Amino acid sequence: MLAGYSLGELGSIMAMQGFAGLILFSVFVLMALGLAVIFGQMGVINMAHGEFMILGAYVTFLTSKLFTTYLPQAFGVYFFVAVVLAFIVAGALGMLVEWALIRRLYKRPLDTLLATWGLSLILQQVYRSIFGAREVGVDQPDWMMGAMNITNSIQIPINGLIVMVLTTFIAIGVYLLIFRMGWGKQVRAVMANRAMAGAVGIDTERVDRITFGLGCGIAGIAGSAFTMIGSTSPTAGQLYIVDTFLIVVFGGAASLAGTIASAFAISQARSTLEFFLSGSMAQVIVLLAVIAILMIRPQGLFVLKVRR
Amino acid sequence: MSDDAHAPHSLFRRRLMQGLVALPAAAMLPRAAWAASPATAAVNTTGLAVTDDTVTVGILHSITGTMAISETGSVEAEKLAIAQINESGGVLGRQIKIIQEDGASDWPNFAEKAKKLLASDHCAAVFGCWTSASRKAVLPVFEQYNGMLYYPTFYEGLEQSKNVIYTGQEATQQILAGLDWVNRTKGSKSFYLLGSDYIWPRTSNKIARKHIEAHLTGCKVVGEDYFPLGHTQFNSVINKIKLTKPDVIYAIIVGGSNVAFYKQLNAAGIDLSKQTLLTISVTEDEIVGIGGKNIAGAFACMKYFESLKNPNNEKFVPAFQKMWGANTVIGDVTQAAYLGPWLWKLTAEKAGSFDIDKIVAASPGIEFKGAPEGYVRIHENHHLWSKTRVGKALVNGQYEVVYETSDLVQPNPFPKGYQ
Repeated sequence: MLAGYSLGELGSIMAMQGFAGLILFSVFVLMALGLAVIFGQMGVINMAHGEFMILGAYVTFLTSKLFTTYLPQAFGVYFFVAVVLAFIVAGALGMLVEWALIRRLYKRPLDTLLATWGLSLILQQVYRSIFGAREVGVDQPDWMMGAMNITNSIQIPINGLIVMVLTTFIAIGVYLLIFRMGWGKQVRAVMANRAMAGAVGIDTERVDRITFGLGCGIAGIAGSAFTMIGSTSPTAGQLYIVDTFLIVVFGGAASLAGTIASAFAISQARSTLEFFLSGSMAQVIVLLAVIAILMIRPQGLFVLKVRR
Repeated sequence: MSDDAHAPHSLFRRRLMQGLVALPAAAMLPRAAWAASPATAAVNTTGLAVTDDTVTVGILHSITGTMAISETGSVEAEKLAIAQINESGGVLGRQIKIIQEDGASDWPNFAEKAKKLLASDHCAAVFGCWTSASRKAVLPVFEQYNGMLYYPTFYEGLEQSKNVIYTGQEATQQILAGLDWVNRTKGSKSFYLLGSDYIWPRTSNKIARKHIEAHLTGCKVVGEDYFPLGHTQFNSVINKIKLTKPDVIYAIIVGGSNVAFYKQLNAAGIDLSKQTLLTISVTEDEIVGIGGKNIAGAFACMKYFESLKNPNNEKFVPAFQKMWGANTVIGDVTQAAYLGPWLWKLTAEKAGSFDIDKIVAASPGIEFKGAPEGYVRIHENHHLWSKTRVGKALVNGQYEVVYETSDLVQPNPFPKGYQ
């Protein structure tokens, strides 16, 4: 399919395609980080992850409406306020859910699966009742739309760049929090051995609650960012959930580095295959490859050596 | 609808007439209904839910689940039409009662609810379904229990049932005129076909490809791509489009993917005022989610746009927004859903009966002059004769009509040479 094009044209396309792959990588990392934190650190499979993302999207929608009504002159920067609010609201709801629901089910992992799935249905219907069944349109300031022209023939999507920057900050933030701060040490201690961590005076319940809140908060940020590239509707969370689980499971459930590596592998495979084949075929091939690799390595790409 | 054109005169006259009818009726109690309407035994010989003063119909759409996004508008339109029919005296002198069931975006559930509406509620007609999958699921039920379904969505064709009236366009009505128009006015020669990966986009693109290759001289298809439903990342295919530089992007992407596609197209620097894009899957309803800024300049081929200028539509839009909120937009399918109850009323009155077999027999040739899209007529094949129009998307989320066929386009659900 590449015959008949000049080298210059092919070069530009390859450059843009490279960026497309990186943007997809950032999107995947942003989607999966929150789930990886919860799944990896607590062993809870949060089926309502997508709905926490959409909560972030709706918070962004409301923030944009508030700014248009009360602070139109500051509309250009509303997005940053929305990201923070999305984190707070989704995180708070996450902590509430942990307190009311999840902590009662820690010893019954399959029941958590069912309970969070039920929660996702409840949240969908709540969004539908509040915001209506239709999609809502989230307005963006002009500077966040369109493309940056690097050369005449190379255009880079601005919203993609914003997602990349945001993802980088959040990934670094999570890394610092879990691997460089005292609180992260507590989290890792609880994960390694809950009973011993409790015995040395760590409040394991509090650690659980904050970890769950953190994961949901990151999901909220992801949802906020995705208002730039996707739709905001009660069920839009479902669009992301399959890819998210795929990445976390493929990466090795207990490892954040694994999540990032798997997001990279899947995003590059997907975007390259989509370019040379059709979208549906790319999906099929990637899924087959993931299944094949998981059959050989059921624990995923990366595994932490933990004595259980 | 049509006699309302001379309001307020006729309104007064109608009230007066109703009053006159009511006077002797009131005096002649208890068989009051006799004065205004034919006997129940005469209009209902098959045990439908018809009484002396009411007739029961069903509404069967998804108001929960994924499809609620799309189907909400149809429910609203059908309820508006029924309210207006009741206000103007009902059908055969009977007020319409609604039993609404939720298909919940689940196809087997649609079939079950259809069975309930027909077998235990004995609905005289059902207005409902949106996706082809739900229609295919209920079709055997309607044929088994001999019910009447008014189906509003534009769809891929290749179907015809005596128990269904298709008030939306079948594929050729939506595709051919639009392609001809873009070829004629823009001189477009190369087309890139895109779609979500299921039956409607695939069948539609197949028809589009045949038409482009066989009937438009010197035109070719330079690419064809499908994406799983719910796909949210389109940067790779956008690069492919940039590489192949088609004159026209022909897009049939649906649902949440639609929003992602147009947002990313805009972000990739493709300016739709320079790059022609023709779609058959974006109505005003979808633009709310996509955002007018992201899609301004694109062309859509439909039969109805909210901005249509004709006396019927100028009454329909305010009535709809009065009932459902001033910010509600009206898309092509919403308008087609509005036609259902009216067509059924006109058919029942022509047949002089609610019996399904008489409705089926009376359907071909039924004309509705009050349709917001303009005049429509039911064809022998149970689809509608209607015009095809092309609209250009504006920043405010509305379409500006740039072309309409001069005559009604004949529905052709089994197009020869296109399969």
